[in-house]
Formats: sequence, structure tokens, C-alpha cells
Amino acid sequence: MASKKTRQERILYPLDWLEERSGMVGAIRYFLFRNVPGDINWFETLGSATLTAFIVQAVTGVILAMYYQPGPTTAYSSIQSITNDLWGGWLVRGMHKWGASVFIILMFLHMGRVFLFGAYKYPRELNWIIGVLLLASGLAEGFTGYLLPWDQTSYWATVVGINLNGTAPFLGPFIAQFLQGGTYINSTTISRFYSIHMLILPATIGGLIALHLYLVIRLGVTSPPWSKEAAGNGPLPQEPSTNGSGPAARPAEEPARG
Amino acid sequence: VIVVASDLEPSREHPHVPGPSLWPVGFAVGVVVLLVGFVVSWAIVAIGVFITVFFAFLWLRDLTRNSELTQKPEKVKPEKRPPRASAPVPRAKREHQAGERYPRNVFLEASTLGLGAVIGGLVTLPVLGFTIGPAFLKQGVRHTDLGPIGDYPEGMYIVTTFTSSAEGDVSRRTAFIRNNGFLGNQPSFTVISNHCAHLGCPVQPNGEIKFKEVTKYQDVTKLPVNPSGFGCPCHGGQYDTEGNRTAGPPVRALDRYSFSIVNGHLMVGKPFSVSKVVGTGAGAKIYSTTLAFPGEWVTGPESWLYPIQPPH
Repeated sequence: MASKKTRQERILYPLDWLEERSGMVGAIRYFLFRNVPGDINWFETLGSATLTAFIVQAVTGVILAMYYQPGPTTAYSSIQSITNDLWGGWLVRGMHKWGASVFIILMFLHMGRVFLFGAYKYPRELNWIIGVLLLASGLAEGFTGYLLPWDQTSYWATVVGINLNGTAPFLGPFIAQFLQGGTYINSTTISRFYSIHMLILPATIGGLIALHLYLVIRLGVTSPPWSKEAAGNGPLPQEPSTNGSGPAARPAEEPARG
Repeated sequence: VIVVASDLEPSREHPHVPGPSLWPVGFAVGVVVLLVGFVVSWAIVAIGVFITVFFAFLWLRDLTRNSELTQKPEKVKPEKRPPRASAPVPRAKREHQAGERYPRNVFLEASTLGLGAVIGGLVTLPVLGFTIGPAFLKQGVRHTDLGPIGDYPEGMYIVTTFTSSAEGDVSRRTAFIRNNGFLGNQPSFTVISNHCAHLGCPVQPNGEIKFKEVTKYQDVTKLPVNPSGFGCPCHGGQYDTEGNRTAGPPVRALDRYSFSIVNGHLMVGKPFSVSKVVGTGAGAKIYSTTLAFPGEWVTGPESWLYPIQPPH
């Protein structure tokens, strides 16, 4: 029985062990190896590019948070120290700073692609709405992150931004006062922006991305408008279910493993 | 409702694409003639309008010829299904015995959800309150000592910077202070805030600041200036020497600080907003309101957009 295993089976045993207990391998295969339309276009990689940009922002942001000290007297000097004194700090801060623009630009390009390909139409309207929420959260990330270097540009840009919020009808004054934590920018404004920037908004964006991808997987990818095929209409890949049926049940298309 | 995969996007399978047409060319020529006419003469504009409308009509007629919009909908016979053999048993009847008016599983379900909601609320409400509350409560204003009134020569503006709370430099404010002499036997001061009434940028005096004549009192810095008005570097708002808007995007006059004189020292207190100032110096009439954020109207119909101000 066990002794008759081939070498390949023995090498892949950890994966089988994991699959038998969690179904994770099958789930990841289902996620990564989906059928897409044959005439898919390079423009349809913009969504993945945006996701990659967000991951870069998240990773570099976590590293910057180890050195950055929010506070009116410490923020600017800690940024100076990250940029000039710490080894490689200039690179990570630069990735985060320029990556922010890349993220925003890619979001807009991705949105333009979805619009021009008509990929927002039935049954994908809900994914467009989630995308709009993602765009708003991304722009809010840009707004809250801009204050954190605490230099003259960021300070006065934030003053103007907060007061723009303040001119919204009825609730505007309350939004402005909530954003800066008082009548004027004060010592809690920067830590409040930092908390929103690195905890609330990234968690929101992460959750929305999960919903976004769930709907992409559920509904499939649209083919370009010039496509001859009716995209996303084909049957889902016919793989035998691997849930709970043990390591013997492998996808049928890969007999070479056994 | 079960959606079958082949039901998706029926428009992709039978797209309505209008046939090729030459009329857009004539339409474009008409637009060009119209634009040329604007430069040359009104007669040519009229010719351009005629050509544009004529070809637009032909083009639209082409487009709508085979459109679904112009076709009558097919008459479809209403579908009739035979009635079901047996009606499904209602849930409530299935799960408990007859005569039991309030079954136990319904009670347990409701109490679990209710208790969960109570516990969740007990945790969430104080946290939400702490998130929002501090920004709107205890916005007290400290009265800041700006030095003896003798430091403020009559008729001269002094650019005064001071820290307005114990937080230090982050609370540093700037006011343009002018001693107006006496009104009756009361000393009169004009204390204008430097927050632009457009979006809050720091307004600058239009005139040479005499940096060499700087004086200090504790952590208050005073620079004399004799400005012709005030201007904002961000978006170009301009004000006269009383703080009235004279040009640019601001929606009202510059904010002011209330002041008091204690033991011969000038103290600034709560800031307030000003819609306009009539007159100058000690005799000026100041139309004041409670403090509003920059960019908010304080008079006129636009001010109805901001009926309630948070406590400042």
C-alpha cells in the first residue's frame, strides 16, 4: 500500500495531506486555473496589475510603519531618517510614494477598460459598484497618506482638502471637524489620519477586493467587444470534486502524475 | 430564479448594429461649415445649421429604420401552467405540533439573535462614541496673552503669531492685529485671522513685512507691516484692510478673534466669522456670526446649506 507509492507521489504527499484535510489545493486550483475566453486581451490584465500595485503598497506600508512615528514633532524627522539614514529606506519609501500614483492610475485604466469593453453590463453591475467603492477607498488612501510626511505641501494640501469636505451641504462642517478632530488641525489630526490610512482603509479595500474577485470568479471574464464568441457563457471546467474524497481523486486532465 | 449560463448577455448574440451609412459625412461637413461661419458670417452659420440638421435627420432615419424601437412588439401568448398538485406545507406548521402557539425553536432563535444584538451594541456604541465624540466636545478656547497693548502702535498692522493651546507649535496661529486707538474711552483693536475664507490657506499681507523690526513676547512673534490689503497665495483671494473680500473665490470676509484687555495686556479668545465689515477702524460695523469653516457662506441663500455648525 504505502510502500508502493511512486517517488512523485511521495514528493507531492504534503500537498495531498493538505488537500485531504482542507480542500485548499483544489480551491486554489479552481481560483487560478479558470477558463477564460480564447480571444482575451492584454487590457484585461489591468485588474491584476491594480491588485499587484495594492499588494506592493500594503507590503511597503507595513515596513514603513516600523520606522514612521506619527505626531506633529516626530513625523517629519522620522520621514527624514527613513529617507536619508536607514539602509534602503529611500527605496521602500519611494516605492510607497510612487506606487500610490501607480495604484490610482491603474484603477482608472482598469475602470476605463471595463467601461469601454462593456464589462459592467448584466450580470456584472454589482462588481462595477464594488469597484466604485474600491476607487473611493483608494482615493481616500491617497488623501490620508498625503498628510503623513508632515511637510508644508502636505500640511496645506490637507487644510484645503479638509475644508473642501467642510463645504459639503448640511453634514460638511461635521465631516471636517471629525476629520481633523477639532476646529483646526491639531496634534491628534496626524495620528487619526495615520490610523485611517493604515488600518481602516486597507482593511476595507482588502474586503472589497475579496468580494470583487469572488464575483469575477463566479461570473467569468468578458471577452473583448469585437469577439465572435459569446464570452463567459461556456460551461465551467469539469473537474471532479476533490472535497473530502481523499488523495486518490485528482483532476482527470492530469493522468501523468499517477 | 435560476440563471442559466446561456441566458447571460443576450445582446452579445444578436447585437443590433446599424448598417453602413454615408450621412455622417454630410453631418460632419455641416458642423465644419457652421464653425467656419462663426468666424466668417452669420449667413454661413445658417447654411451650416441647415446642412447639419438635414443630414442629422437622414442619419437618424437610417439608424431607426430597423431598430426595435420602431417595431411593434410581438404578441406573446400568456404562459399557463397547470396548478400544483399539492401546496407546500408552511414552515411554521411543519416544525411544531398543532396547538403550540409559540414554539421553542422560534423563541431560541429570537433570543440568540436578540442577545447577540444587545452584546454587539454594548461593545459598539461606546467605541463609536469615542470615535466621534471627542471631535465635537470640549472645544474650549484658551485666552492667549499677546503682550502689553503698548506693543501695538496705533494704525499699524502687526503680524502676530502665537500658540493657541498647550499642544505647542502645531497650534500656532497668526493674526493681523491693528490698534485702532480709542472708541470713547474703550481701547479698540482689529484682530483678523489669517485663515482664508475660501479654503483655509494662510493669507499674507500685501505690503512689505518689516522683518528687521521683529519683537517677541514669550512665544509670541510680532512683525510690523503696513499693508494695502491681504492676499491668499493658494487661489488668489484678495481682501481689503478690514478683511472684506475684494476679489477671488472667498465667500465672505476674513474671520476675526474676539479680544479682551487684562492688566494692560491684549488677550485673544474665540474666533468668529464675519460676513462683511462696513466702515473702518474703531467705528467699523462688523456683521459677525459664529465660527464657520472656510468656504461656507454665512449669509444669503447659500448659507441655508449649513444650518447647524458643530460646537467650535
